[in-house]
Amino acid sequence: MNSELIVFLVLSLVAVAAALGMVFSRNAVYSALFLVLNFITVAVFYLLLGAPFIAMSQITVYAGAIMVLFLFVIMLLGAESLAPTASLPWQKPMAFTLAAILVVESLYLLISRAKPDVVVTAPDIAVNSMDNLREMAMTMFNQFLLPFEVTSILLLVAMVGAIVLTNREKAGRK
Amino acid sequence: MVPVDYYIILSAILFTIGALGVLIRRNPLIIFMSIELMLNAGNLAFVAFSNMHKSFNGQIFVFFVIAVAAAEVAVGLALIVEIFKTKKNINIDEMNSLKG
Repeated sequence: MNSELIVFLVLSLVAVAAALGMVFSRNAVYSALFLVLNFITVAVFYLLLGAPFIAMSQITVYAGAIMVLFLFVIMLLGAESLAPTASLPWQKPMAFTLAAILVVESLYLLISRAKPDVVVTAPDIAVNSMDNLREMAMTMFNQFLLPFEVTSILLLVAMVGAIVLTNREKAGRK
Repeated sequence: MVPVDYYIILSAILFTIGALGVLIRRNPLIIFMSIELMLNAGNLAFVAFSNMHKSFNGQIFVFFVIAVAAAEVAVGLALIVEIFKTKKNINIDEMNSLKG
């Protein structure tokens, strides 16, 4: 057993435990913090896979911006835990059965069909160099220039949409 | 030396946990977080395949997914805040009519 595999197994345990903690904790603030932990472990996986730029974007955008927004809204609404309501008795067993079917099916298909016979080796020092980033930027701004511009418009529309939605009363008063 | 299958399997497990969260929780904020978890699992598979094919395309797709997720969170949380202002409650069971 090599050191990389040990790192992978320990981190994947942390990632799965954090995901389960996110789904099952009663307090929404704890859920958000578990999700931050999960995002950070996934960022370490990106580093192991030789994608340092994506790892850093993951930490700044996901673990930083998005989760702060979540925590802000949870605390603004006081929605840490909802009052328990009458629940459907078959909902949980049904959900667990469906999830078990989904995981078995997807693992079966991935292992039997995809069969990627490749091992991920430790990223060498070249991955962290500026040349690697430059090459990625060249791909993004040559081959994927149109999607990049469309993304900027999408972000603008989302910003306008969020402002319009939360500002509805004032617009109605005019 | 980690086989790339392991990353794909981990991604499938994380995706399923996210789907489970959408199915069993009543708090729309936690359902939303589960959706983020599913997007994240998809991203992990993208980066693993990008490493497997020694190509940047997967990583660039992940970059776009992160941007779209940020936009989605901004609009979705604005909607949740607005629903809370109208109904004074954000239990998912109460959200059964489009009209406020």
